[in-house]
Formats: sequence, C-alpha cells, structure tokens
Amino acid sequence: MTKQQANWSPYDNNGGSCVAIAGADYCVIAADTRMSTGYNILTRDYSKICKLADKCVMASSGFQADVRALQKQLAARHLIYQHQHNKQMSCPAMAQLLSNTLYYKRFFPYYSFNVLGGLDNEGKGCVFTYDAVGSYEKVGYSSQGSGSTLIMPFLDNQLKSPSPLLLPAQDAVTPLVEAEAIDLVKTVFASASERDIYTVRRQTRTCYHKCSWYPPGIHGT
Amino acid sequence: MFFFSLMQFTASKQPENCLLGPESDSQRTLYPYVTGTSVVALKYKDGILMAADMGGSYGSTLRYKSVERMKPIGKHSLLGASGEISDFQEILKYLDELILYDNMWDDGNSLGPKEVHNYLTRVMYNRRNKFNPLWNSLVLGGVKKGEKYLGTVSMIGVNFEDNHVATGFGNHLARPILRQEWHENLSFEDGVKLLEKCMRVLLYRDRSAINKLQIAKITEEGMTISPPYSLKTYWEFAAFENPTQGAVGSW
Repeated sequence: MTKQQANWSPYDNNGGSCVAIAGADYCVIAADTRMSTGYNILTRDYSKICKLADKCVMASSGFQADVRALQKQLAARHLIYQHQHNKQMSCPAMAQLLSNTLYYKRFFPYYSFNVLGGLDNEGKGCVFTYDAVGSYEKVGYSSQGSGSTLIMPFLDNQLKSPSPLLLPAQDAVTPLVEAEAIDLVKTVFASASERDIYTVRRQTRTCYHKCSWYPPGIHGT
Repeated sequence: MFFFSLMQFTASKQPENCLLGPESDSQRTLYPYVTGTSVVALKYKDGILMAADMGGSYGSTLRYKSVERMKPIGKHSLLGASGEISDFQEILKYLDELILYDNMWDDGNSLGPKEVHNYLTRVMYNRRNKFNPLWNSLVLGGVKKGEKYLGTVSMIGVNFEDNHVATGFGNHLARPILRQEWHENLSFEDGVKLLEKCMRVLLYRDRSAINKLQIAKITEEGMTISPPYSLKTYWEFAAFENPTQGAVGSW
C-alpha cells in the first residue's frame, strides 16, 4: 500500500511587494496592488496595506488568506488593548505584538511577509521588518515580498544605513525629505515591476507625518 | 532567518506525535468526487449577473445534469459554487443557519453580501486550518442599499472582490474577455450577452462544461434565476473542416 500524497497545499503565494522608509519626522509605507496565483492574475486592485493603529500601518505580502487572518487578529488584539489601556498602541508596541502573534503559529506559520511602519512615541519614523515566523528588527527602511530581492539592494544603495554595530548608536532613519522618499518609492516600484512578474508599478501608499497623516490612497505612476 | 519546509501528508499509519492527529481522523477530504465547473459573474448597472452550467461530473462522467449551482442567500446575496457539490450543500446548510439566526433577531437589519462573504471566508479558512477543506470555489454577489458587491473565496481561504470574477477554468478563459469588454454601468442585455460570450468559450474549451446553463440576476429588488437554457454553438469553422489537410497522417 503506497503512501497517499496530499493533492492540495494549505499554502499559496499571492505575490506582491511591500516597502517602507522611515525619516526623521515621517514614514512612507507602500505595497503594489496585484494579487496573483501561479501565472494568473486574480485581481489588479487589491490593497496589501492595513492600518493597525493610529500611528501604525502594516504592509504584508505572501498568502493572502493568512495575511487577512493576521490583520484581523492584530485588529482584535488592538481593540482589547484600547479597552484596557484607554489609548492607542504605539508602533513599537504593535511591532512586538506582531512578532509574538507570528511566533505563536511557529509550527503552522502565517505565510505572511510583513513590513510595519509608522511613528514612534516621539514622532520619529520607524520601520520594522519581519520574516514569516516573527523574527524582527527595527530598521530605517525595508522591503518584503516577491520583489524584495530586487528592491532591497537598490534601497541599500540609495539609503545606506549605518551599521547597527557601531558605537555610539547612529540613527537608522534616512536624512531624505518626505517628498524625496516618496519619489524613491515610486521609482522602486517602477524598477521592480520591470523584472518581477508578481509586482506592478501601481501601488497603495501611505505617508505618516508628525502632525497629521495622509489616508492610504492608490497612487499610480 | 529561518528554514521553512513543506510537510508531507499521509493517510496511512503515522507516528503518534504527527501533526495530523489521531488516525481515526481519516475522514478528511482528500479529493473531490462530484464536481461543478466554472462560475462567472460580473457587476452591471443594477446589480450582479452570475452564470453557471448545471453539470455535476463524477470524474470524467457527466453524472448529474440538473444541478443548481447558484442559490439565493437571505435577501441580498447570491452564492455560486464550483467544486465538490456535497460541500456546497453543506455550505448552504451553514448559511441557512446563519440567515435564520439573523432573522430571529427581528431587528430590521439583515446580513448583506459583504457580511456573508466574510462569513464564508472565515468558514473556508478555518476548514483549511484543520486540513479538512471544503473543496469549493465560491462566488458571492449581491446588492444592499444600492451598493453592489461581488467577491470570491477559494478552498484555502484566498478571497477578494472585483468587478468581475470567475472560478476554475473561467479564470483562464472568461476573465481575459471580461477584462477587455467589461465596463461600468453595463445594461442588463449587454451583461447577459457578455456572460453568454464567456460561457460559450467555456463550453467549447472546458471538457467538464455542459450546454445547459442558468443566469442569475440579483438587484436591490431581489434575485431571479433564469430557467435552464442552452447556448447556440457553431462548429462549421473552415479551419476545423478538414484539419489535417496540410499535414497528411496527422490528426
């Protein structure tokens, strides 16, 4: 009697790329709008960005059903936090929560590659980058998803962060102005979409600014 | 970073510490048995139009020829399903209970298509988490308070909404046509013509499709489903008349 093999996989990769860049008093988070499966496009108009808290936004690519479940989990936990603490979760707090939530499913992971962006309690931009099981790091910029191998080297070239091993600790956030950072993000998607079939130029982009924030809008280039 | 590996699933004897659970749990869905093929749907001026044929295939046999693969859900929604028919019937049972409880509140509110779609997504995802999926691709369309909604869920929980959706072969054959020819505020006649164009292509090229279909329409007023009918087909294209003309011995 031969072993029966599974004829379905609980995972799928719905593709896409996410990027976030932190500045002194702003944070830009962007993700493309294509959702695919295999060589097919499911829809051209899908947002991978989710607002988790007032000053915290997550962009996730990977398996859409897991991403959606993860977003709902975090939203529910944030609601409980608000009831218990009478305030919004800060971006670093949400960062820790996301890490814990991902590791909770260490042995049946959320196939979700996340980038968290927002403003910390002092109004400075912060970006956190994750793998699928919760290891995370605070960085000045990051990309995840199918185009990240193309995007990350380009961001390294343009925004090279000082090493986190240096003493005294140096700021990882970019000295660029917000408008320059947005321009960079547009360029990044234009380039990635040239060679990554799962990434398109069209993106949803959110910018957090110290004083106010712009609601996510679909900005094409 | 970390190392991620795909697991192999077996239905035979397993070690006790296996993730799959006790062996008596051999009731998981492994393959579909009686299946329906594509469902195609689009938004038009007044609501949603959806089409599906009436075939229930048992592998390569056409076992059932009058399967209604589209059903109304509550006051505002229409559900179409492809894949395992028995799982579709079970989903209808779940939805029956959902709508019943909604009605029992008797508070003047009723579940709209968005809510039903969300519920179905959760059901499908949770079954996938237990490694016992409902082997369906669902299309959920409806209108509530003037807002049109059209969404889809796959058997592993992948869901999205769009102006036109399709399942199975429809994704390959119908969606390209819809991407080219769909536009906002299609009239009912144009919408039906467009759907029929898609269904005709599917009829020619999907071997599980049969020439007996229904088109369902849902608007603010309610849902209507056409009686079964068949599409006109044309088989006299010159290129197919004598296909081996230029290559004797070929087929």
